[in-house]
Amino acid sequence: MWILQQSGEMNAQDIYTALHAVRDPEIPTISVVDMGIITNVIVRTDDDVHVTMTPTFVGCPAIDYMRRDVEAAVKGLGVANVTVDVTFDSPWTTNRITEAGKKALLQHGLAPPEHFDTLTLNLEVLNNVACPFCGSHNTDLKSPFGPTLCRSLHYCNACRQAFEGFKPV
Amino acid sequence: MNSQALAELCYRMADDELILAHRHSEWTGLGPLLEEDIAFSSIAQDKLGHAQALYNIMHELCGEPDADTAAFTREESAMRCSQFVELPNGEYDFSLVRHFLFDAAEYIRWTALVQSSVEPLANLARKIHGELKYHLYHAQTWMVQLGANGNEESHLRMQSALNSAWPYALGMFELGVHEDALITEGISIGEKVTEERWLELVTELLQPSSLTIPNGVEPLNGGRKGYHTEHLQPLLDEMTEVYRVDPSAEW
Repeated sequence: MWILQQSGEMNAQDIYTALHAVRDPEIPTISVVDMGIITNVIVRTDDDVHVTMTPTFVGCPAIDYMRRDVEAAVKGLGVANVTVDVTFDSPWTTNRITEAGKKALLQHGLAPPEHFDTLTLNLEVLNNVACPFCGSHNTDLKSPFGPTLCRSLHYCNACRQAFEGFKPV
Repeated sequence: MNSQALAELCYRMADDELILAHRHSEWTGLGPLLEEDIAFSSIAQDKLGHAQALYNIMHELCGEPDADTAAFTREESAMRCSQFVELPNGEYDFSLVRHFLFDAAEYIRWTALVQSSVEPLANLARKIHGELKYHLYHAQTWMVQLGANGNEESHLRMQSALNSAWPYALGMFELGVHEDALITEGISIGEKVTEERWLELVTELLQPSSLTIPNGVEPLNGGRKGYHTEHLQPLLDEMTEVYRVDPSAEW
């Protein structure tokens, strides 16, 4: 923290760096930044920071926890006045997940979503998701609904493993 | 912006989502297959989130009460859900048919709301539109599987569920007091156009199901004006039971 005080000015990049430590409670390998749910950071002064975030799914029960964690992380930088808003002004889609985020999902055993065109998304793409264990595309969608709102259930015919995918939305 | 008209639209949609979420959640632990159990539970959770987001919009833009107060403290006669969503789940055939007909209507509504003149509603619509694809995909899969690819019994049961659901499904499009204002102010496309597009979509999606769409049926209206079936009050009693013990409790 003394480095920040020495330099005197905090910028949005410092905030993003701090937010890399905030994890999705249900997928702890990925940060909220790589998940793409931080939609805006405004540093008004060293003591006044505003963060905007958006949930993956509208009904995501983890968003309140993450909001509190984001607030705590920014306060941890010594910022006295932190506001965190949850809005749908920049709605989340899986296209917002960063490349590092996709690797983090794989690390958790989840097939990352392919990039797609939001308006013409055809759910056929779910039929041949690459297996996170062996990479084969010879897979079947078992159910578009999984253990959390953002996941789907698949089966790999090549390595005969059931796996979960992060569904494109 | 006509905030009374916006509140009317949001209450209709949010109450539908809230009550159907509750019905869907009744399958949690009881679904015929594990995947179906999870599907209905997930869809319920999505719908609850949609309802909450709509109550929040009304709270911020129309001065209506906050989401919990709106959802858990209103009298039955103040609820604006259609009678369709309050009907008991019945057998799985009826639950699937209702899920299909309702989500087809939702899909039309939210797709159109992407163009709404109310910006927060349009932003929310862009988000929800993507989620609904999964709901509709799930529902249509079962309509076709049980309608065309099952056996005689599954076909007959789906057809009979479709016939009994139909008049209630038409009741989803009952006109409200502010219908004209909603259309002229560009807030929504209105119920008539929604119903026309819904019928087109349902007809298209049921094409491979070998099920027949009922013809010449009169809608069962009332819900949008606060007239409900005998099934809503017991549902509200159950849904609000914990909230009423201590409305100020933190969760």
